[in-house]
Amino acid sequence: MTAPILASGPHTHSRFNVPRTMLAVMLCLSPATAFGLFHFGWPAVLLFSVTLAAALLFEVLCLAIAGRPILRFATDGSALLTGWIVALSLPPWAPWWVGFTGAGIAIVIGKHMFGGLGQNLFNPAMVARAMLLVALPVQMTTWVPPVIGGPGGPGFQEALAITFGGGTFDAVSSASPLGHIQSQLDAGLTMDSILAGMGRVHDQLFGFVPGSLGETSALLLLIGGIGLILLRVITVVIPLAVLGSVALLSGAAWLIAPDSFPPPQYHLLSGSLMFCAFFIATDYVTSPVTGFGKMIYGIGIGALIFVIRSWGAFPEGAAFAVLLMNACTPLIDEYVRPRIFGRTRAGKPLELGDTQ
Amino acid sequence: MSILPFAGRFDPARLFAFKGGVHPETRKFLTAECEIEEMPLPALIRVPLQQHIGVEAEPLVERGDEVLKGQLIGKARGPVSANIHAPTSGRVIAVGHFTAPHPSGLPVPTVTIRPDGRDEWGPRLPRLRPENATPQDIAAQVAEAGIVGMGGATFPSAVKLNLRTKYDLHTLVINAAECEPYLTCDDRLMRERAEEIADGAGIMAKALGVKEIIVAIEANKPQAIEAMSRHKRVLDFAMKIKTVPTQYPMGSEKHLVKTLTGQETPARALTAELGVVVHNAATAHAVHLAVRYGEPSISRVVTVSGRGVARPANVRALIGTPVADLLAHCGGLVEDPERLLLGGPMMGLPIQNMRVPIVKGTNGVLALTPAESRDQDTMPCIRCGLCVQVCPMGLTPFELNTRIEAGDLEGAARVGLLDCINCGCCSFTCPSNRPLVQTIQYARGKLAEQESRKHQQEQAKRLAEARTARLEAIAEAKRAAMAKRKAEMAAKKKREAEAQANAGTTQSGETVK
Repeated sequence: MTAPILASGPHTHSRFNVPRTMLAVMLCLSPATAFGLFHFGWPAVLLFSVTLAAALLFEVLCLAIAGRPILRFATDGSALLTGWIVALSLPPWAPWWVGFTGAGIAIVIGKHMFGGLGQNLFNPAMVARAMLLVALPVQMTTWVPPVIGGPGGPGFQEALAITFGGGTFDAVSSASPLGHIQSQLDAGLTMDSILAGMGRVHDQLFGFVPGSLGETSALLLLIGGIGLILLRVITVVIPLAVLGSVALLSGAAWLIAPDSFPPPQYHLLSGSLMFCAFFIATDYVTSPVTGFGKMIYGIGIGALIFVIRSWGAFPEGAAFAVLLMNACTPLIDEYVRPRIFGRTRAGKPLELGDTQ
Repeated sequence: MSILPFAGRFDPARLFAFKGGVHPETRKFLTAECEIEEMPLPALIRVPLQQHIGVEAEPLVERGDEVLKGQLIGKARGPVSANIHAPTSGRVIAVGHFTAPHPSGLPVPTVTIRPDGRDEWGPRLPRLRPENATPQDIAAQVAEAGIVGMGGATFPSAVKLNLRTKYDLHTLVINAAECEPYLTCDDRLMRERAEEIADGAGIMAKALGVKEIIVAIEANKPQAIEAMSRHKRVLDFAMKIKTVPTQYPMGSEKHLVKTLTGQETPARALTAELGVVVHNAATAHAVHLAVRYGEPSISRVVTVSGRGVARPANVRALIGTPVADLLAHCGGLVEDPERLLLGGPMMGLPIQNMRVPIVKGTNGVLALTPAESRDQDTMPCIRCGLCVQVCPMGLTPFELNTRIEAGDLEGAARVGLLDCINCGCCSFTCPSNRPLVQTIQYARGKLAEQESRKHQQEQAKRLAEARTARLEAIAEAKRAAMAKRKAEMAAKKKREAEAQANAGTTQSGETVK
């Protein structure tokens, strides 16, 4: 008989592992992704593929330089997921090198410079998004209206030209509905007339609006997010805290000054919020680990998103809000700990008769 | 509509279950329907003299002695120790050292007996009538019978029964949660010997002087619950059967008490502080046998299970039966197991040598295949926080590990290293398969070692300082004595000189005269 392993217990393990977790997240992202790809046509498909391939390429390169086992780490799905999230946050008809650079920033600067999987302080995809937004303001804010795949949209040849050849197309300058409202307000129009001219809020819910590749359909993102909660990949705390704080703040602002603040549903249904609440803010590596810590973190993100959206220079504040709160995560984890069984919060043994 | 119909259904246990824990696949179906079978006498029996927490027993027999079943062969030494008895009649062929049933594989003092096949009883302990016996008598009988906690903790039971002298106790909890996967020995014992367990519980309640007995059984053992529920009163004590949620580690004493009473035992204290004492169901059965029939603790029910075993079973085996014999009785191994364990898969001890014996605390012998142990490569921590969610002690295992890996043991101790109960929930659930609880165990050993070394160093330093001080004092005393002598000498000289001078003057005076 071969010698049995002599490690101490436990001698069995749950079914969860890292690749499975990543796979579950991708699964939950796929409805919104499929919708985005279908919606924005071949250029979006090309950009998506380039970004994912680039993410894998950079991952393999970094692992090789770091001297880590390439096969095991490159197949854990984390690089693919990072690339996926970067792709979903790009304008769908952006040229290929935007996706390529984004994936590179995310994997090389965002992840491996900190030491690879699990070591990064900031969400790699959001690092990429923020850097691209600052460095390439034109490419990153050139949106197209949805084309619904088929006949209305560009064919494969045209798509190749758009993504790889620098082909031109008719772009709409203003992105998501929130950006539109912001610019119209700046132009001196009243809130009522802007809202009247914007079409129904349902379009935002279902995603028939211009926007980033995978962020347009609030409903599909919500479904995917609920899927994540049901699969027990994430807990409900962070999404609830982010959405709740945005709803509360925007609702309060709208009640106080309806002329300068859009109603809360515009905030909530703006795709990037759902995306951020369920898929970005919940990133394991960069969010706090305790329930209460997650709540603080989520509320912080929600509040920052509202502040940036209302008074900042960018119509969407998700990336910056997440990055700022990422920086607070170590602090939150240091101060917010679970209470140890049989001890008070201060760490002293419970007194008898204490029923905590 | 009245609220009364709901009053009876209200179960506080559901409200107060502890935070954290995991739900591993129990795989109890492998043996849950296997009736307890008696095992034939093995060819050789090896009885370690250390089967309990505390000091090892002192051997009373020598090589070549004939022993009878139930004869005392190892005597308890000191306040925390336990008697050891011969499990069957036969000849002692060695009193020496043999591999311990422990992953270390270190030798422990062991009495090896070759059974003569007659299984002949020697004089048993005097029987007690618990109805008339005093608590002291019962505790003494339990101590005499060498009974230890049979759930695996192996703490001498008599010591726990004597807690009545120190604490104001009101409840005895019979721990029949059996939260470890695979194990069904307590389940079967309750189904088949409910009355005897109830009686044992009553006897212990009497020894403890408590008011009521609660039998806590996990919800996945409905037959055991039913069997135990038939006994509402034993020896004038009310006995309640409480169904507790199936949740590992429900069998942890403090978590069970929290689930049953809603009260949390303070850190570093016993549940007795809350007036509750917890004993295992198999221990209750052993107490029944010891008190009513004078039988010492010489056998126990062991679950032999796992996919690596040909015929999983529940076996009543003599203490000291080699694991190899037990496995052979169950049809042997079907494939080389990846892990061979004594105990359950969560906290059981891996062994390498199949000749080691089972002891009083061995509730299972498991041969796990790779598909069951699900070993996989270790990945970096992704801070998912699952270990924090499942830790029943409210610790942050991933953080403890980071600190330990950085060598910051004091920092780890500050954030709860010493509160860990080794349940293994963190390692079980970690998606990166990191050895969390293993690292924590290592760090605790390391910390204890450091502390003892520090203690030794301090002791040595104190001794050295004391010696210097002593030498200093002696030198000082010498100097002082010298100075004193000098002063005395000087004074004497002076006196003499004065005396001489005086004499001189008188003389001269005389001469003047």
